[in-house]
Amino acid sequence: MSTTDTTPRYEGQLPADGLTVTGATQWPLWEVFTQAGKGAPHEHAGSVHATDAEHAMQNARDVYARRGEAVSLWVVPATAIVASAPGDAGPFFDPGNDKAYRHPQFYKVPRGVRVF
Amino acid sequence: MADHTEVEEVHEDSAADVTSAALEVAPYNVAGSRGPRFGAPLVEYVLRLGDDRLVLGHRLSEWCGHGPILEEDIAVANLALDLVGQATMFLGLAGELEGAGRDADALAFFRDGTAYRNALLVELPRGDFGFTMMRQFLFDAFSVVQLDALASCGHAQLAAIAAKSLKEAKYHVRHSGEWVVRLGDGTEESHARISRSLAELWRYTGELFERDVIDDAVEAHGIVFDHEAARARWEAIVHDVLQRATLEVPAPPIMASGGRRGRHTEHIGHLLSTMQSVARAHPGATW
Amino acid sequence: MEQPITAQADESALVAAFEARIAAGESIEPKDWMPERYRKQLVRMMSQHAHSEVVGMLPEGNWITRAPSLRRKMSLIAKVQDEAGHGLYIYCGTETLGVDRHELLEQLLDGRAKYSSIFNYPTLSWADMGVIGWLVDGAAIVNQTILAKTSYGPYARAMVRICKEENFHKRQGYEICATLANGTPAQRAMLQEAVDRIWWPALMMFGPSDTDSPNSAELLKWRVKRKTNDELRQRFVNLTVPQAIAIGLTLPDPDLRFDESTGNWEFGEIDWTEFFQVIKGEGPCNRERLAARNQAHADGAWVREAAAAHAAKQQRSSTQAA
Ligand SMILES: [Fe+2]
Ligand SMILES: [Fe+2]
Repeated sequence: MSTTDTTPRYEGQLPADGLTVTGATQWPLWEVFTQAGKGAPHEHAGSVHATDAEHAMQNARDVYARRGEAVSLWVVPATAIVASAPGDAGPFFDPGNDKAYRHPQFYKVPRGVRVF
Repeated sequence: MADHTEVEEVHEDSAADVTSAALEVAPYNVAGSRGPRFGAPLVEYVLRLGDDRLVLGHRLSEWCGHGPILEEDIAVANLALDLVGQATMFLGLAGELEGAGRDADALAFFRDGTAYRNALLVELPRGDFGFTMMRQFLFDAFSVVQLDALASCGHAQLAAIAAKSLKEAKYHVRHSGEWVVRLGDGTEESHARISRSLAELWRYTGELFERDVIDDAVEAHGIVFDHEAARARWEAIVHDVLQRATLEVPAPPIMASGGRRGRHTEHIGHLLSTMQSVARAHPGATW
Repeated sequence: MEQPITAQADESALVAAFEARIAAGESIEPKDWMPERYRKQLVRMMSQHAHSEVVGMLPEGNWITRAPSLRRKMSLIAKVQDEAGHGLYIYCGTETLGVDRHELLEQLLDGRAKYSSIFNYPTLSWADMGVIGWLVDGAAIVNQTILAKTSYGPYARAMVRICKEENFHKRQGYEICATLANGTPAQRAMLQEAVDRIWWPALMMFGPSDTDSPNSAELLKWRVKRKTNDELRQRFVNLTVPQAIAIGLTLPDPDLRFDESTGNWEFGEIDWTEFFQVIKGEGPCNRERLAARNQAHADGAWVREAAAAHAAKQQRSSTQAA
């Protein structure tokens, strides 16, 4: 059976912090989140390789913000990200789909009430 | 009488030592601060600012596609772009002040090496990545101090360019400084390499803080730059980073000098013959 | 221990579900189940693409130090810098498939990996900077606009970002061409010479003809590719010929003619012998390109190691402090 392990891999065994590096092979991966404007949410832009947070931040700035795309940056060690598994998709998200009462359109407003 | 003349001659020579070099090579007259064309020292001054950045930006651009890792290719290109951008503004202003119809491109591509006014530090070949970053750091630390002072000087146009450039320079010194720390503190090999680069480069740092008649002359335009205070600020930045990088501050050597007067290393000729080759092969052409 | 029969049944059910998702136009994300073959094809295609961006820095990087004006110098640096970024974005995409950039770089450096044939041609005059931007980036845009709709999410997202940047590349290239075309006789001659030299290799960028493209069918089925090589090539020619005419250039193809019935610009036969020769490593600059990449990688090793060693030291001292 084909398994697709999609967790980012590094050379050697990594400790839990995922930051130990072997320069001869590859620097660790960091995920980059950019904020396009003040008040906007940070969104995933891509990733960079770097040995430490300062360099990850600088690389993120040069790679993902050189056209003024961002006013703020987050960099996160890729190994620190916990993602929901595709197998969980049903149990995790479907139950949210049929809760119509969570949406304002579910509720009737008496006729004549205009601005609501 | 004979004695008297001799003494006078000696005196004139030593005074001219600083200015006459500029006189010989500049296509315009820089006869010290009392020359017939008072604007010239200002032109000289702004050319120095522009040439430092153009030549260093050019050296950095040689790394494009040859960096140690993709992320750094992008980072170095950013530094180069900022510097060439700053050079374009400074040279544009120099051309305007000169009033001889030369724009930034004319100044960049149609001046010979002896008319370039950059410090020797920036024209040295790029060396290995450590040499490039150490040179960059030594210059960036100077640039931050210099631009910070000029941003509030009395010459409005110059101050505006300096203020804009200062923002970029502040990031540059962070980038190059962090590299110096990593390479100094990294491995035995990197420590040895960057120590060598530091030793080689150190003798080119003195020129950055040299003061001459041009600096005196531009004070009349509200451009007052305290070289000694600048050196102290520069040393504070440099010593701090060198310490974090576990590098020793080199003993003061005899400093090299000459670029500000057009007395360059031989490297400038090769740099310019590459840079200017296309432009000069087609004089008058538009690109 | 798996029971082979159940595993096979599982597999075909999974494949069916996967193909249904593709058919429904859904995008596939890193953690989703995918056939091993799909993963392999993606890695192959994405790494070739990433390598092309990275090697593509070299022919244009060759003229950065000679750009004839400060404005051109800056545009060219910015463009070559973008190509590094493109390589980086796409390598990051392959990393979501569990393949390290490091691993792929090794394949590039030791000559196992392929990259776009166009970058094995030399850049011989300043006009090449215009013509490459116009034709090579132009061809890349035609390819990548379609790839932005590819079925693999991370690849598609990288393409969207890349396409935005490619438009700048093409515009600056065409601007150089138009300026040279309006310039001195020497500049016009320089431009025409570059077009004569680069036109056919640019057409080859779309890869072998559909009849000769072994991976095409599968890639199309899984919507990794959305159009065939020949369709894309034709689209490129149709877009480009009027642009050449607009600035008074002659394209080096006596068979080039507009077909009223199809609305296509018909063009002559591509020299596939040359194409396959370049692909096999016998192009004019294959050796130089690989040598340059290897040199940069080797020269940078001590730098990469130093950064890693510094980070490790910092980490040790912070764990000790804690
Ligand atoms: Fe690209
Ligand atoms: Fe491009």
